[in-house]
Amino acid sequence: MIELKNIRKSFGEKEILKDVSATMEAGKTNLIIGASGSGKTVLMKCMVGLMPVDSGQVLYNGEDFTAMDDKEKKPIRQAIGMLFQGSALFDSMTVEQNVMFPLDMFGNMSYKEKRKRMQECLDRVELKDANKKFPAEISGGMKKRVGIARAIVLNPKYLFVDEPNSGLDPQTSLVIDKLIKDITIDYNITTVVNTHDMNTVMESGDHIIYMHQGQKQWEGSNEDIIFSEDKLLNDFIFASEFFQDIKEMRKMEMFRDKKWRQKGGEGSNK
Amino acid sequence: MEFRFFYHFGRFLLMLKGMFSRPENMRMYWKEFMKQCVDIGIGSLGIVVIISTFLGAVTTVQTAYQLVSGFIPKSTIAMVVRDTMIIELAPTMICIVLGGVVGSKIASELGNMRISEQIDAQEIMGINTRAYLIGPKILAALLTIPALVVIAAFLGIFGGLEAGKLSGILSHEQFMEGLRSSFDGYNVFFALSKSYTYAFIISSIPAYYGYHVQGGALEIGKASTTAVVVSCVMILFADYALAAMLL
Repeated sequence: MIELKNIRKSFGEKEILKDVSATMEAGKTNLIIGASGSGKTVLMKCMVGLMPVDSGQVLYNGEDFTAMDDKEKKPIRQAIGMLFQGSALFDSMTVEQNVMFPLDMFGNMSYKEKRKRMQECLDRVELKDANKKFPAEISGGMKKRVGIARAIVLNPKYLFVDEPNSGLDPQTSLVIDKLIKDITIDYNITTVVNTHDMNTVMESGDHIIYMHQGQKQWEGSNEDIIFSEDKLLNDFIFASEFFQDIKEMRKMEMFRDKKWRQKGGEGSNK
Repeated sequence: MEFRFFYHFGRFLLMLKGMFSRPENMRMYWKEFMKQCVDIGIGSLGIVVIISTFLGAVTTVQTAYQLVSGFIPKSTIAMVVRDTMIIELAPTMICIVLGGVVGSKIASELGNMRISEQIDAQEIMGINTRAYLIGPKILAALLTIPALVVIAAFLGIFGGLEAGKLSGILSHEQFMEGLRSSFDGYNVFFALSKSYTYAFIISSIPAYYGYHVQGGALEIGKASTTAVVVSCVMILFADYALAAMLL
């Protein structure tokens, strides 16, 4: 579990994070959503230690990450995997070298074992026939898959994903979302995803934090979102007519489901 | 351009301080060091060979042009070429050229890694990126650049020898006679002192500018240019300071 306590962060005069407190639930897909400039990426960077916080605490299973020096942070950092918005693959390395890099640096495995683990991870993200290719030779979706494979190669406890669907077509976005969700469940990882993709919110968000102008505006599940009366959240989530319709449909579905259960039936209405 | 000397100098020192930590995996650091030796040393060999040979050749021809008195023996030209190449041209001129070649490469490589979040990705893994990315570059420069300077000095003298013969200024025998007379070994020590100092400047200053890039592609270009300009100016300052101290 990751706990954020009263996080504040400013750049010069501009306060980006204003007293943010939240909890990232263990073994679940936690989403941080919000409009561009709401402080999502800064919050994530503060959580992983890429940016120092001005005040507040980031607790990994009760251990204060913000109070640690670089040496003390190392074991926690090695338990973190991160997929960056632009994938951040090493240009000069092939796909398999990228995935093997953390193993080469930290793993105590033989070359054969490293290759086996690398292949397992590439198979897990369903990436085929790309081992010898360089990042410049593969598509955006494939880069995301390689990024995920590299992030999970050391069996992390925490997976951070920054804008997983940026620059991807809707179909590939769904595949990447499903992959992140499946990996979270299969490996029992605490996953934190930064997104403003509403498909991701509806399909894979177990626990959602809505950020607005540097503050935590709302927190709950993707079912709670449907019934939330928070105006700012509703304005953000249901900005498009398409999602307005989805909201109404979901409400009706859930209402029928509730009535069915009350009558003694099981499962949802067909 | 905003000039904040103490801000940059302090951050530069902090970067250097941050390099000293126990390597996460010595084998990976060694691999990176060898890669940098190839990139900096072998990668710059071609340009060093061409420039140093022609520098020696031109020095021979121009010294002969200025040596109008018949009382001065022709072999003096070889002495001038030898000492000029060893003391000044091989270390300083070659390192200014390397400041452009190697400096821009280091600054743009690290700048690109910073912008595309590759450095962040390594930080997240728990790697000390200053030690892993900058350390091997500085060490490789300290090993290969003095070697390149020695090669440049030899090739410059060879260029002078051949230019003297080809242009009919002095024979091989006269040139060799001049080379052997009044040779001072201290000049070699002085040249190597210069080359180690310049090697550090050429590698660490561009690494500083590249590592701290913020923005996009435009900023990488700016950082690269600034790195080369500052490196060249620092080489010239160091040139004067070392000459004043050691000669």
